[in-house]
Amino acid sequence: MDIKELLEALCNTNSISGDEYRLEGIIMPVFKEFTDDIVVDKLGNIIALKKGYNNKGNIKVMLAAHMDEIGLMVKHIEENGFIRFTSIGGIDPRTILGQEVIVHGKENLFGVIGSKPPHLQEKDEIDRAIKIEDMTIDVGFTKEQLMNLISIGDTISIRRDFKTLQGNRITARALDDKAGVAAMYECIKELSRLQHEPDVYFVSTVQEEVGVRGAFTSAYGINPHIGIAIDVGFGATPELSKTDTLEMGKGPGITIGGNIHPGLRKKLVDVAKDYNIPFQYEIAPGPTGTDGRAIQITREGIPTLCLSIPLRYMHTSVEVVDILDIKNTAKLLAFFITTITNTNLEGLLCY
Amino acid sequence: MLLKKLTEASGVSGNEKEVRNIILDEIQDFVDDIKVDRLGNIIAYKKGKDNPKKLMITAHMDEVGLMITDIDDMGLLKFTTVGGIDKRILVSKPVLIGDNKVLGVIGAKPIHLQKREEWQNALEIEQLYIDIGVNNKTEGEKLVSIGDYVIFNSQYVEFGDKLVKAKALDNRVGCSLLIELIKEIEDIGFYGVFTVMEEVGLVGAGPVAYTVEPDLSIILEGTLCYDIPKLDSHLIPTHLNKGPAISLMDRTTLFDMEFRKRITKIAEENHIPYQYRKSSMGGNDSGKIHTTKEGSVTATISVPCRNIHSPTSVMSKQDYENTYKLLKTILLEYEKGEL
Amino acid sequence: MKFNSQLMEELVTTYGPSGNEDNIRIYIKEQIEDYVDKIEVDSLGNLIARKKGNGKKIMIAAHMDQIGLMITDIDKDGFLRFTNVGGISPYILMSQKVIFENGRVGVVYVEPIEDISKLKLSNMFIDIGVNNKEEAENLVNIGDICIYKPDYSENDNVIHTRYLDDRVGCYVAIEAIKGIKNPKNDLYFVFTVQEEVGLRGAKTSAFKVEPDIGIAIDVTGSGDTPKAKTFAVGLNEGTAIKIKDNSIITHPKLREHMVNIARNNDIPYQMEVLEHGGTDSGAIHLTKEGVPTGAISIPTRYVHSTIETASKKDILDSVKLLIKLLESDIQL
Repeated sequence: MDIKELLEALCNTNSISGDEYRLEGIIMPVFKEFTDDIVVDKLGNIIALKKGYNNKGNIKVMLAAHMDEIGLMVKHIEENGFIRFTSIGGIDPRTILGQEVIVHGKENLFGVIGSKPPHLQEKDEIDRAIKIEDMTIDVGFTKEQLMNLISIGDTISIRRDFKTLQGNRITARALDDKAGVAAMYECIKELSRLQHEPDVYFVSTVQEEVGVRGAFTSAYGINPHIGIAIDVGFGATPELSKTDTLEMGKGPGITIGGNIHPGLRKKLVDVAKDYNIPFQYEIAPGPTGTDGRAIQITREGIPTLCLSIPLRYMHTSVEVVDILDIKNTAKLLAFFITTITNTNLEGLLCY
Repeated sequence: MLLKKLTEASGVSGNEKEVRNIILDEIQDFVDDIKVDRLGNIIAYKKGKDNPKKLMITAHMDEVGLMITDIDDMGLLKFTTVGGIDKRILVSKPVLIGDNKVLGVIGAKPIHLQKREEWQNALEIEQLYIDIGVNNKTEGEKLVSIGDYVIFNSQYVEFGDKLVKAKALDNRVGCSLLIELIKEIEDIGFYGVFTVMEEVGLVGAGPVAYTVEPDLSIILEGTLCYDIPKLDSHLIPTHLNKGPAISLMDRTTLFDMEFRKRITKIAEENHIPYQYRKSSMGGNDSGKIHTTKEGSVTATISVPCRNIHSPTSVMSKQDYENTYKLLKTILLEYEKGEL
Repeated sequence: MKFNSQLMEELVTTYGPSGNEDNIRIYIKEQIEDYVDKIEVDSLGNLIARKKGNGKKIMIAAHMDQIGLMITDIDKDGFLRFTNVGGISPYILMSQKVIFENGRVGVVYVEPIEDISKLKLSNMFIDIGVNNKEEAENLVNIGDICIYKPDYSENDNVIHTRYLDDRVGCYVAIEAIKGIKNPKNDLYFVFTVQEEVGLRGAKTSAFKVEPDIGIAIDVTGSGDTPKAKTFAVGLNEGTAIKIKDNSIITHPKLREHMVNIARNNDIPYQMEVLEHGGTDSGAIHLTKEGVPTGAISIPTRYVHSTIETASKKDILDSVKLLIKLLESDIQL
């Protein structure tokens, strides 16, 4: 499958934290084609294994990209059928006003997030952002009609289709971090053309957006020698400071900081330079906001790397990435993995 | 001198190499087993006679500091903080950057050019930069890289009545105590552990406890001291010169009451002054250690440090000596199986 | 099933703040020891009681610790200063009576302040009725923890008392222990410590027990009081089956199984979407390789106040749901 087709299928399927099982039917078949084993663990992480060649010491590399996305959840149904809701993961309330949504009840229901007409607003009201607790969703049914269709706890997603912009840029909901899952898929394809010693575990993790939960349990289960989180980083836009952002189309961000094993990071940079793969640096002094923070402190401690795909407008429904960045991320990962061997691993991890 | 060497070394969280090497050098001839784990923690073991309880004594090696995020066209360096630093202490300080310890200064707009309102507001990190004296970005890039760690340039100074001023007393004072214990104590078995990245979220401690599986742990710290005049006594976390501070609770641990009482009793029996750490703010490696695997018992013993997390931290040598004395006595009780 | 008022009252009035759960642990142990196969206490003080069975290994967690105040300073006149153990609001604490483990009672008041909205714990103190520091030190030490003084009332409908959180969960677990005669599943009832300061006891006990399935029993809030924030849980509407709080999104299949059990047994239930807070389930489900976990909540008004209020019927429904759930064949 083409990377863009996969991304489109992933982004157009809702997988709000806790609901990731909806992606099993998409991820399992395409990953299976290139891997030796694929399982879903107790919390719902999808773990695909690609065995290494001549892997005498049974060395293991774990890649993690989270497949969950932020969203909304029904918390109450008003007498007139309006739905009150809460957020799952970090949502800027200003970005959801006036959106079309799908309520994932017994069946998918179309709805809109309503607002007060400007004519009726007080002067000082117009400058204040509306809180989520003051918003409602209108699905056009009465409470009685809804009782058999919707229950408290049903998830709600913003209705937004995957679209192509100019050049290699695409826009969709939840490219954070389905772009990372797509990068893993590209990496598997690259690896199937290359020889590598380590067993590689490709983990599509659950519940990252609510507290990197799936990464904790999957890393514990796999207990890898090296863990690599693939997530998204802030793409540069005019209002953001240059030091906090990554430029679009200039390759993955390689994270530097306490979450990252310095020896492995140096090796990763060397590989990028050797193979002429563009990259940028991303600075994160402490634990990163990625699955990497969980992996690093699992069991006796796991040397960890983080790669970030530049992404604009994070946590909105119009996230933008550049496909080239995803491909370069995949390429860098694949070449990096081929350079890890039973002979050099200990040296790389040594302080 | 050990504490001078330790405090003047560079060891910002995530970059503890220099401190680690000093410690390895100091202790390797005095321990029976030593390893550096996958995160960079030092786990050392001293053999002793069999004891039903496994004792671990820990001190974190890292310190708060800065990290370079960008080099601008004029060759000025932008930075971010590593660990909890009050942004107001940064301005007008000399710093050392990277492995080669390139000297730089954090400057500020001259007061003459400031508007009156400007004085009233603290300077934001975004308004600050480090000047290393180069003319442009290219020259800067030859000396400094993005991701380089930065420490305060602050010498160890003894002053006043047995006081010490240095940077990174939190927690090189703990490292120093633990090194001295490891060197001096004989025939008492315990794990001496030096952890990484405490200041950015107790990162090293969990994996260490997972590996060692201690029954009892003592965490050594430099802790906050704010004993200014006229402050109500319940608002003073610790005093200088009143002896080691024993923790009651903090954000990460409710310290085991039995163990805590055992320690204060040992102090009383041996006429060693001690005080309680009265604040419940902050946290330390204990938070991770006591909840790892099936759980274990911990205590924290600290040397009070004024101006903690600044280039000019201050401690008392008398507190240091009393803390050391208490630790030694605790180890003797441990050997007798009475801990 | 009848409501066991004596058990409920004894549970909420037994001393046991986070970090010093000895008394409540002894009390619970006495209540359950004749009904379980094995009891142990781990190094943090969790009480782990096993009822053997052949099916799935299920850990049921109810926390036995309480919020309280830890003494940090005693002044020359014998007034005590303190810090909070767990979530204590200064507004609720104001002019309450507190009690220490040794039975000494004190009252809480505040230094004179102009603006009541500036009320802070650090401006408040405890008066234990002594004349000076020395007298105080004979009764209380720095590091001791006091709790709200017990005050229990009930009527036909509800209970008003401090510390329903989470002694009502202990009640539900104890009644289930007594109610289950021949366990189908392998049941580990864990009365956990230090939940109120960060789910600490559940974390270590789940690591030890290694369950196939986790169930936490705790209080949740309610949205049925005047002008309450929107929350579709109310008193006398049945037991609450948790969907989410800040610590967990419960396992969807386990949750569905719980709903089916409630339906098939005519047990009234409501679905709980809590926008804050956390329970032991949060720690349990992230243990080792992950544990499918759910939670049964008891709808409770005014949580963490001295007048927590819950419905007896909801409590009994929670016991019923827990027993039926534990006696069922759970396939995930």
